[in-house]
Amino acid sequence: MYRILPIAILIVSELAVVTAFGEEVLRVDFNRDIRPILSDKCFQCHGPDEENLKAGLQLSVRESAVEAGAIRPGDAASSELLSRVLSDDPEEVMPPPKIKKPVSEKEAKLLRQWIEGGAEYKGHWAFQPVVKPSTPTVTRDALIKNDIDRFILSRLEEEGIEISDEADPRTLARRLSLDLVGLLPAPERVQDFVSQFERDPDSAVEQFADELLDSPHYGERWGRHWLDQARYADSNGYTIDGERVMWPYRDWVIKAINEDMPFDQFTIEQIAGDLLPDPEKAQLVATGFHRNTLINQEGGTDDEQFRNEEVVDRVNTTGAVWLGLTLGCAQCHTHKFDPITQKEYFELFAFFNQGKDVNNTGATIEVSEGEMFLSEPDPDKMTALENAKKEVARLESSKTKRQLAWEKSLIDSSRENGPGAEWERIAPERFYAEGGAPLALLNDSSILAGKGAPKETYRITLPAFTESVAAIRLRLIPHASLPSNGPGLASNGNIVLNRIEFFQSGEPLLVASAEHDHAQPGFSGAFTIDGKADTGWAINVGKGSSPGVKMNSEHEVNYVFARRISPGKPVEVVLRHEQNSNYNIGRFAFDVSGSPPRSIVEEKVFEVVGQPASKRTTEDRKFLSSEFAKKDVELREAKLGLKKSLRELGLGEPVKTMVMEDLPEGRETFVHLRGDFLQEDHETGTLSPGVPAVLPSMREVPGGKRQRDRLDLARWLVRPDHPLTPRVTVNRVWMRYFGKGLVETENDFGTQGSFPTHPELLDWLASEFVESGWSMKKLHKQIVTSATYRQASRNRSELNGIDPLNHLLARQSRIRVEAGIVRDAALSASGLFSPEIGGPGVMPPQPDGVYAFTQRKVRWVAANGPDRFRRAMYIKFFRSAPYPLLTTFDSPDFQSVCTSRVRSNTPLQALTLANDEAMYELAQGLGARLMMEVKGKDSVSNRDRIRRGYELCFSRTPTETELEAVANFQERQREGFLGDSKSAEAVSPQVRPDGFDPATAASWTAVARALMNTDEFITRE
Amino acid sequence: MDLTSIQQQTRRHFFEKGGVGLGSIALSQILAQDGYAGGGSSENPMAQRGAHYGGKAKNVIFMFMAGGPSHLELFEDKPKLREFHGQLPPESLTKGKRFAFLGEGAKLLGSERKFDTYGNVRMPLSELLPHHRKIADEVCWLRGMKTEVFNHGPAKLFMNTGFQVPGRPSMGSWVTYGIGSASRDLPGFVVLQSGPRGPRGGNALWSAGFLPSTYQGVPFRGSGDPILNLNSPEGFTKNRQRDFVDLVGSLNRERLSVTGDPEIATRINAYEMAYRMQTSAPELMDLSGESQATLDLYGAERGGNSYANNCLLARRLVERGVRFVQLYHTDWDHHGGPGQTLGKDLEKVTKEVDQASTALVLDLKQRGLLDDTIVIWGGEFGRTPMGETRNNKVGGRDHHIDAFTMWIAGGGFRSGITYGKTDEFGYEVVDEKVHVHDLHATILHQLGIDHEQLTYRFQGRDFRLTDVFGNVVEPILV
Repeated sequence: MYRILPIAILIVSELAVVTAFGEEVLRVDFNRDIRPILSDKCFQCHGPDEENLKAGLQLSVRESAVEAGAIRPGDAASSELLSRVLSDDPEEVMPPPKIKKPVSEKEAKLLRQWIEGGAEYKGHWAFQPVVKPSTPTVTRDALIKNDIDRFILSRLEEEGIEISDEADPRTLARRLSLDLVGLLPAPERVQDFVSQFERDPDSAVEQFADELLDSPHYGERWGRHWLDQARYADSNGYTIDGERVMWPYRDWVIKAINEDMPFDQFTIEQIAGDLLPDPEKAQLVATGFHRNTLINQEGGTDDEQFRNEEVVDRVNTTGAVWLGLTLGCAQCHTHKFDPITQKEYFELFAFFNQGKDVNNTGATIEVSEGEMFLSEPDPDKMTALENAKKEVARLESSKTKRQLAWEKSLIDSSRENGPGAEWERIAPERFYAEGGAPLALLNDSSILAGKGAPKETYRITLPAFTESVAAIRLRLIPHASLPSNGPGLASNGNIVLNRIEFFQSGEPLLVASAEHDHAQPGFSGAFTIDGKADTGWAINVGKGSSPGVKMNSEHEVNYVFARRISPGKPVEVVLRHEQNSNYNIGRFAFDVSGSPPRSIVEEKVFEVVGQPASKRTTEDRKFLSSEFAKKDVELREAKLGLKKSLRELGLGEPVKTMVMEDLPEGRETFVHLRGDFLQEDHETGTLSPGVPAVLPSMREVPGGKRQRDRLDLARWLVRPDHPLTPRVTVNRVWMRYFGKGLVETENDFGTQGSFPTHPELLDWLASEFVESGWSMKKLHKQIVTSATYRQASRNRSELNGIDPLNHLLARQSRIRVEAGIVRDAALSASGLFSPEIGGPGVMPPQPDGVYAFTQRKVRWVAANGPDRFRRAMYIKFFRSAPYPLLTTFDSPDFQSVCTSRVRSNTPLQALTLANDEAMYELAQGLGARLMMEVKGKDSVSNRDRIRRGYELCFSRTPTETELEAVANFQERQREGFLGDSKSAEAVSPQVRPDGFDPATAASWTAVARALMNTDEFITRE
Repeated sequence: MDLTSIQQQTRRHFFEKGGVGLGSIALSQILAQDGYAGGGSSENPMAQRGAHYGGKAKNVIFMFMAGGPSHLELFEDKPKLREFHGQLPPESLTKGKRFAFLGEGAKLLGSERKFDTYGNVRMPLSELLPHHRKIADEVCWLRGMKTEVFNHGPAKLFMNTGFQVPGRPSMGSWVTYGIGSASRDLPGFVVLQSGPRGPRGGNALWSAGFLPSTYQGVPFRGSGDPILNLNSPEGFTKNRQRDFVDLVGSLNRERLSVTGDPEIATRINAYEMAYRMQTSAPELMDLSGESQATLDLYGAERGGNSYANNCLLARRLVERGVRFVQLYHTDWDHHGGPGQTLGKDLEKVTKEVDQASTALVLDLKQRGLLDDTIVIWGGEFGRTPMGETRNNKVGGRDHHIDAFTMWIAGGGFRSGITYGKTDEFGYEVVDEKVHVHDLHATILHQLGIDHEQLTYRFQGRDFRLTDVFGNVVEPILV
């Protein structure tokens, strides 16, 4: 990025300092002053890339430069480098004018000084070993909170700049909370912090930091930063962009970070967990890191091409995340600026070229929801789970055999359809509705329901049967008291029943078939047993209904059970209405039969089975296997058993997530000429996995017998003496707290990157990090307890001319929070926040029309329960059409690694914050919360309510000006709503707190919406 | 990185590289111009900026025919292809070539379409494009286009971003990043969509990539609310919304005075622009002020949602100063299967776009807007001279990257010329080849942007729209 100017500033100041101290000549540092000039202006033609060298001159190597006469150490006047740079002759001057990178006067001066001083070269700073510097002394020790401050303050003292005052405690509490957990602090916690801070600021900060680092939300906040680098998403990418299951990996990240897994182990498990001896399941899930690459499912794709794309992405991501290097350039040619050859690139490529996946799902592993968070599961329960899994697997594998046996038994029985059902009405013993609807038993043993919750659940207990039962019939019966004389409570008499469940002694009874007499098109009776909340049975008449059929008459669904229901124990029936509000059943009854009813489906089964297998069509075969699946009691019960074992461990349904796995016989790797995978360079020959020569070499493989693998690479990345990994890692952590890293080009530690603003501090932090056992929590604590971090962020106009971009850190920075935290802050202020951690992605409301522009449309059904209010990091992320709020606030689309997000400030952000349904309902939530927490109606209470709003949103009290502005606004809005009751009803929170009229309630929504739309709300100050 | 430093960087970029050497301007002056001292210039990242040099054009409208129109059914009359219909193509052409679906043994397919030549330029046009005859002498026919990838997603990305993989800035993003936009009330880069579904590649096609999201294309829907979240929630009338924006503004100004952070000033501006957009965007969509003659010219309807309406909206957008408008019309993927035949399915889609594409050029011309506006028409690739067999019938063609046709009008491009020649099968470009990178370089050039100088540093590399390629195609410029 922009480097020239800050360096210029530093040089200017350096000059001043030097002159002030009266030293003889300028101190020119090769790495800080000279290398950037050579790298930026010369290396394109005279750098490490030997193949494209112009005039055979290599300025990146001292001997070469001296030999060629470009540099005569100690004699600038006769060094061609200088004369060419200073030449006025367009034919002579370097760099050539067409490159458009002229060397400035200042730069020429530096070059001259450097040559005069002996033209000493130093290796690029970032490739040199980290040497822990001693901490500098400062004149004003009293300002020091910890050693970090010595580095910052000594530099500021050198420049004669004062450090800023400490931020006020309220700002600090909000800053700590947003930085460490990404949620707003509760006002009460802020108050405690302030009281404690007044007594002892250091212990207040330390204690709050500890508390936040212990919070499970810490793993979410810092896990999200990591997931950016892992390019985690819930879809495959490219144009088809099918959904994928990678959330177990996301959960693993959260857990590992919460447990403060040492960063070296964290690295090894993600890069090569599968290659560890006897890896645990979690270590396999961890390798999902490199399974977050895209898969192109478009027809006609060359899988090998996209497999290569994935491998390239794995190399580049590894380079960016751990090494802070832009390896990608070396894919097509030897790196022009960094000493990394194309051959070396493909030696790294060789590590990742062995995967089983070929633009497809590849290797997967089964994981249950919650499993990544299990700490020490009960061994008995685990055994039971394993057994249940084996049983399911056994039955799954013998399914075909059992189906054949079933078919044979049907043929042998030579039974036609059975004698049919003999229904007998049965009067329920007990019944109630969960949402409070009144249920009454009528003379004919049917139940009449009144109005209750919009989406009711009825629980009915049938008395114990005297004989075993084969089928139960749900019968809908119209009633004159019901709307339109129908059987349902909808205004036209209709119903939508989504699920029916039967239990005996708490155990579910398996239904083999559900057949209706009539159903609205698209609302079959069979949908009541598919387990889904958004499909169900309805009875309106539509296109395709039989002639003469009426909605508002008696209708039924027959449920035939997979096993006969034993007599002697009552049966509980649960009827769930979950889809349409106020479509509950109005009147219904149950009949039972000892023999199964005649069934159209059953007829068809006999008919198909009667056909020789060779004559059956594909559809016949599908039909038979689906019918068998319903009657396959063994397997269905085994699955129920598995579910139960999982439930006992607190686990959900197992899913398959992608993991890394290598081929037994590896692929050969060649250099790809110009980066084209079709052009393998056979002249150079097969490459073995290896790392660039400029970096520390890898240890020998014991015995030298096998090729190096990803595990060797992972261990190499986290060698304690690695010059890059610790520096790159601490620099990124620093960046999150100060808006930019000590090395501003956090993703480029190569020669084109910027020089650290505080090189000693960087190395000191890196050494401390490794010495601490790679503990992230210790690093965080060190930073957030420093005086440097605790400074006020107020702009200081006197510094604008000296240090406009705040490189010297004489103040903190105001930082607009990341996309997800915008939502999370609103969730915490609204009081609606649902703090559950991990699990499958969720779908909060999103605006219509997101898919107007995509090839594939995602079925986005907004969650109604707690999932509606989960943190943003759990929102399902589709790469081709991400959740709009996120991208509007600069979330990357995770097509490739993102080590640092950009931060923009746009009108679309304003529209989103102000109008987006999901954000607006949080504003309504905050409005309701203000009315519930401050109950009075007079103007004093109104002001208290505004104060409360400020505490919830900004962790502070409003100024008088702010208080007046908001109070006047609220009063104006209320008056306006008084004369506009329709708007007032719409704007008022859905559940209006007692005693507030709609206009007043609406005005508090308006206030909450305004507070949440201020710059301060979405900014960490 | 925060926006301020991006703006600074952007501005500095032009100072450094746009011809004014850094050395010639005093440091303090640059800082003052960058708005460090509270100046107003950095508050709007979309503010119009000077280009590298004077450009002939100001705006771009790109009519993207998603799926890959067949140059052989529309623009290239190849008698030889008919003559050798049903025979294998010469091996010299197909050797080493890969296709998305075609295997070995695919045979040449002569076009059944009737062609004639039109205009002084004698441009061959098939019967499928009767309206295009009217602009034969108004546009520059690029018959030697060449791209690199044969799958839709990557090829569309390539045409839009210069790279095959997602995550790079699109042309519209580069342009608005480079020279901002003249519109105060509408986004600088607008995307419109028609056809049965969205284009493959999704929002990566108008993504800002690693540039700030300010420069991302904003999809406008052809009817209803044009922009997501444009409407205030129910019950917030215009007056209430104004009161809301005023309160938010005054609270923000209060905070600005405490913190001195210029980002807050930018945010205040963003809320004002958002408020204006709530009026200007519906006003844009409202065609009641357009004469019936204009509607008829395009084949557009008030309240409609079609490619024709989008073409008319494109004109309205550039009239309002919007810098870059991109139209997508899908369903050009004529492989031969159901819904994809070169027969009625191609007829259907050409009918949907023929009149309105032509009308846009004529309408811009009659309003004097064509000189300032570059109008581009084309898809991500062409189609193979060999036929493709689907459902046992040869009814279509596969994706073809080695030759295809686009056209470009206005904005200082020569009109009434053809550029590019293909061989007798329409397989390879034999002369006047224009690679996608060259097209990009030329478009930027006409906007006054040097494609080698418009760069953004990301992951340690200076990226550009044209990667490390691209030459301005001088012969097609006035």
